[in-house]
Amino acid sequence: MIDTVVIPLLKILIVLNATLVAVTYMVLLERKVIAWAQSRLGPMRVGPYGVLQPIADAVKLMIKEDITPVRADKWVFTAAPIISMVPALIVYAVIPFGPEVNLFGRKVTLYITDVNVGLLYIVSVASVGVYGIILAGYASNSKYPLLASLRASAQLISYEVAVTLTLVSVILMAGSLSMVSIVRAQQNTHVWFAFVQPVAFVIFFIGGLAETNRAPFDLPEAEQELTGGFHTEYSGMRFALFFLAEYANMIVVSSVATTLFLGGWLRPFPNVAALGFLDVVPSWMWFLIKSFVFLYIFIWVRATLPRYRYDQLMRLGWKVLIPLAILNLVVTGIVRVAFLM
Amino acid sequence: MAEAIAFYVLAAFILGFAILVVSTKDTVHSVLFLVLDFLFVAALYVLLNAPFLAVIQVLVYAGGIVVLYLFVVMLVNLKRPPEAHQDPHRRTRLGFGLAAAVLLELGAISLHDYIRPAPVLAAAGTTTNIPVSGNTEQVGWLLYTNYLIPFEIASMLLLVAMIGAIVLAKREL
Repeated sequence: MIDTVVIPLLKILIVLNATLVAVTYMVLLERKVIAWAQSRLGPMRVGPYGVLQPIADAVKLMIKEDITPVRADKWVFTAAPIISMVPALIVYAVIPFGPEVNLFGRKVTLYITDVNVGLLYIVSVASVGVYGIILAGYASNSKYPLLASLRASAQLISYEVAVTLTLVSVILMAGSLSMVSIVRAQQNTHVWFAFVQPVAFVIFFIGGLAETNRAPFDLPEAEQELTGGFHTEYSGMRFALFFLAEYANMIVVSSVATTLFLGGWLRPFPNVAALGFLDVVPSWMWFLIKSFVFLYIFIWVRATLPRYRYDQLMRLGWKVLIPLAILNLVVTGIVRVAFLM
Repeated sequence: MAEAIAFYVLAAFILGFAILVVSTKDTVHSVLFLVLDFLFVAALYVLLNAPFLAVIQVLVYAGGIVVLYLFVVMLVNLKRPPEAHQDPHRRTRLGFGLAAAVLLELGAISLHDYIRPAPVLAAAGTTTNIPVSGNTEQVGWLLYTNYLIPFEIASMLLLVAMIGAIVLAKREL
């Protein structure tokens, strides 16, 4: 009873809450880092160094007036933010934060579940997230959101292809779709997959930027052209849900990249005994550190690179990333078969 | 017992959403009900211990094909009411005809099943002729051994459809 119901529920509770807190603080981190990049201070007023800013933001968003345009499609308009938020959160069910640990004399796994199709589950859930964006643009009954949502969904669908192809080459390396097995495979082969699959790693990262609508691929939110993006007509907490979904997706992409390419919860050089002192840091901490590095790079890229033009974005996706990913997949397959022979 | 309850609940949802798909006036809502329907079908696959199929169902149908449906429905102006056909009963008759055909087919299948019951497939993992374990691995194994030719023909079909779409869309190549 405790093992099948209580502990999973507790884990879900902890992961969901930790994610939501992390998401709100990601917003602050982003504002701070971009401010530093631009020689500003960023939020400083609310709390010491602005650490309470996310809470102030949340309160503001919650007490703001909630407006539904008169000619909007009410049901769909209400459902769209929920549809974008839910996939971003349920993905965490299969992300392994660490291996099995002993906690109060009980063996507890540091992941909610380890299904045999973990990686595919993530891809499929992410593919449902597109609906939130399309429907938000459609239901608003307004031209800019509609244009933005068309852009966003075209972008998501294009880059999904490249990202999924890179995932296939990782699966070929690991021989499994389970997230935990992929980490174990990296332990057994003594090398993080980022070093054996550098091309896949880079494509995954670029695709991840595009799939989370982040700079330099943040065309769906190009203010100058679209007055804000697919969520132009949303206000208050509904707008906040889109915002949170975007950041939650960033964390998802970082966690998946960490698991697939940077050895998940493994410490650096997990097979070098001389580095055993690194085990002082618990496994889940390594996972969080690696994911944090990714998140930081996300922000760093936004502070550094200008936005792509729409045709450049599509050209990059279809004419560079997808052929490269296919080539990488073919080479991986040939090498694997040659080694197995 | 629990499995039966879960099955009937899911089946009720699937049928309910299927009815909503064809009865809703707003085409976009209809497409959304179709997505919900596919998600419940995926749940049915989970119930059948076929997680791979379930995930592919969501990925391909709910996340891929219906997105394209939605594009088409959103971009084509469907606000205009369809012109009435001269024979108002035409659609009804056609519908009844098709429904009768499907019913006949289902009846034939269940009758055939009743007379010559299909050999009960061994539970997952215990099949002797599949050297791999795990749902995904078994699906892959079967696809690339027993069902290789149907699999390749299906991919040819998709390729042809893709080329056809490109040829139709781009007049001058």
